[in-house]
Amino acid sequence: MTLPSDLKHRFPLLSQVVNGHNIVYLDSAASSQKPDCVIDAMNHYYETINANVHRGAYEIAAQATEEMEQARKRIANFIGCDSPHEVVFTKNATESFNLIARSWGGSNLSQGDAVLITDMEHHANIVPWQILSAEKGFEIRWLPLTPDGLLDLDQLDQLLDGVKMVSVTAMSNVLGTLNPISEIAERAHAAGALVAVDGSQYVPHLPTDVHELQADLLCFTGHKMCGPTGIGVLWGREELLDSMPPFLGGGEMILDVRRDGFTANELPHKFEAGTPPIAEIIGLGAAVDFLNSLGMQNVRDHEIALTDYALRSLNDRYGEEIVIHGPSDPLQRGGVISLEYRGVHPHDLSQVLDQRGICIRAGHHCAKPLMKELGVPATSRASMYLYNDESDVDALVDSLESAGEMFAL
Amino acid sequence: MSGLEELYKEIILDHYRNPRHQGELECPPAHKTEGFNPLCGDEVSLTFLIEEDSIKELRIAGQGCSISQASASMMAAAIQNKSIEEVRDLSREFKAMMSIHEETIINADQEPVSPVALTLGDLEALKGVVKFPVRIKCATLSWNTLLTGLDDLDT
Repeated sequence: MTLPSDLKHRFPLLSQVVNGHNIVYLDSAASSQKPDCVIDAMNHYYETINANVHRGAYEIAAQATEEMEQARKRIANFIGCDSPHEVVFTKNATESFNLIARSWGGSNLSQGDAVLITDMEHHANIVPWQILSAEKGFEIRWLPLTPDGLLDLDQLDQLLDGVKMVSVTAMSNVLGTLNPISEIAERAHAAGALVAVDGSQYVPHLPTDVHELQADLLCFTGHKMCGPTGIGVLWGREELLDSMPPFLGGGEMILDVRRDGFTANELPHKFEAGTPPIAEIIGLGAAVDFLNSLGMQNVRDHEIALTDYALRSLNDRYGEEIVIHGPSDPLQRGGVISLEYRGVHPHDLSQVLDQRGICIRAGHHCAKPLMKELGVPATSRASMYLYNDESDVDALVDSLESAGEMFAL
Repeated sequence: MSGLEELYKEIILDHYRNPRHQGELECPPAHKTEGFNPLCGDEVSLTFLIEEDSIKELRIAGQGCSISQASASMMAAAIQNKSIEEVRDLSREFKAMMSIHEETIINADQEPVSPVALTLGDLEALKGVVKFPVRIKCATLSWNTLLTGLDDLDT
């Protein structure tokens, strides 16, 4: 099975013309484009059943609640978890990590404890721990990388001593590296630590099963997986989520409020204060249906083939002139390609590409500690998804040369 | 590619390829100030020597894109031997040129309007940056860094 060849037609934005060129969208690691069915599902909600959920006894309020909770079930199935109660809706993966740090960390971490993160984390999995550490005085440890951009697992066991939480990305948003989460989880659990996983770059691109990952917590975001912005997910094992105190307080997250206190609601509502992003949840449900209709293994196979093609095309054409960070084996990485070309600054490179309608990302990709490890202030990053094809890669490869002519020193 | 030529004028590329006033001065007697562009990770480090209320010398270190590097290089050339007051005036003019006016967004062909008569010389080559709003911070990084350094002198 392969992906349909005309997938681009399902994404209205991909038929746009930018600077006189058909758009070549290579920034899906930042945010993916949305298929027609996701846009339609959100419009359908607003046009036919827009009402607040979990309250009104009238017909459209009941329908809105039903559609939202159906979406939760389909999202739970999508990541292989047992119960929709384990799927908590947040604003994005960043909020999911803040929830973990504030709720679990706030009640479990103190001086003498340690949290282990890695040198390839996104700021979303760094700064919430740093904020909390400034209050609680626990230690933050960093698992280093090998020269080819993999986690240095030889140092894992020794670093795990005294660690209560290992918080690690399943796939680097800069290097593309796929990390052996289940192996890390086994070793972390053996050392008595819990494991939180950043699935922001993983869940949109590979078949995901929380039991296979052996994680305790998983964070991901809707807008990188064909869904809308403003909707993220925290999955957690039920007994773990049950043991964690509420995060934000307000409506929806309570069973009872008295003058002398409150009683928190059941999962998952305990963590969902206020009116949820209903249209976005329904949109993410439609995105999950869309991905299921394609088959996530087909999505992964497509991206392996396209990554292989991109790495070969770039290396064949530019050889020594180009440095591509991260693993060279497409099976060890996703379709995120961070590159340096003839010393051209990423800002200048992306500006030249933009004139040809090619969208890539220039910058530190919210991973400044990693940039420091790589010894660069920024990289140019092209990232691919299910709608990209070889013509997009060809456009990128062809355009690098003109940037080099203009800016190479 | 006409848009690009407006951004990357020849004189900008020249300053980028052959940056002037590179390096660091010894502190003290020189003063040091650093600036960052959080969007792209660019860093600039300026060391400058004040004599009789004038900037006698300024050196640039750090890393950045062609616009930020060229802007720093052109700034160093423009402020050499100018009084602190003159440097502040010049920075105001430069930042006025870099500010986005509504008409420039609506009509990209129209020249940006500046409230002061420009006396910026070579620096005017950076005017095209205004049409690429994302890059304005690249052009103003060295100026803002220098202004912070001058403000620090007073405190």
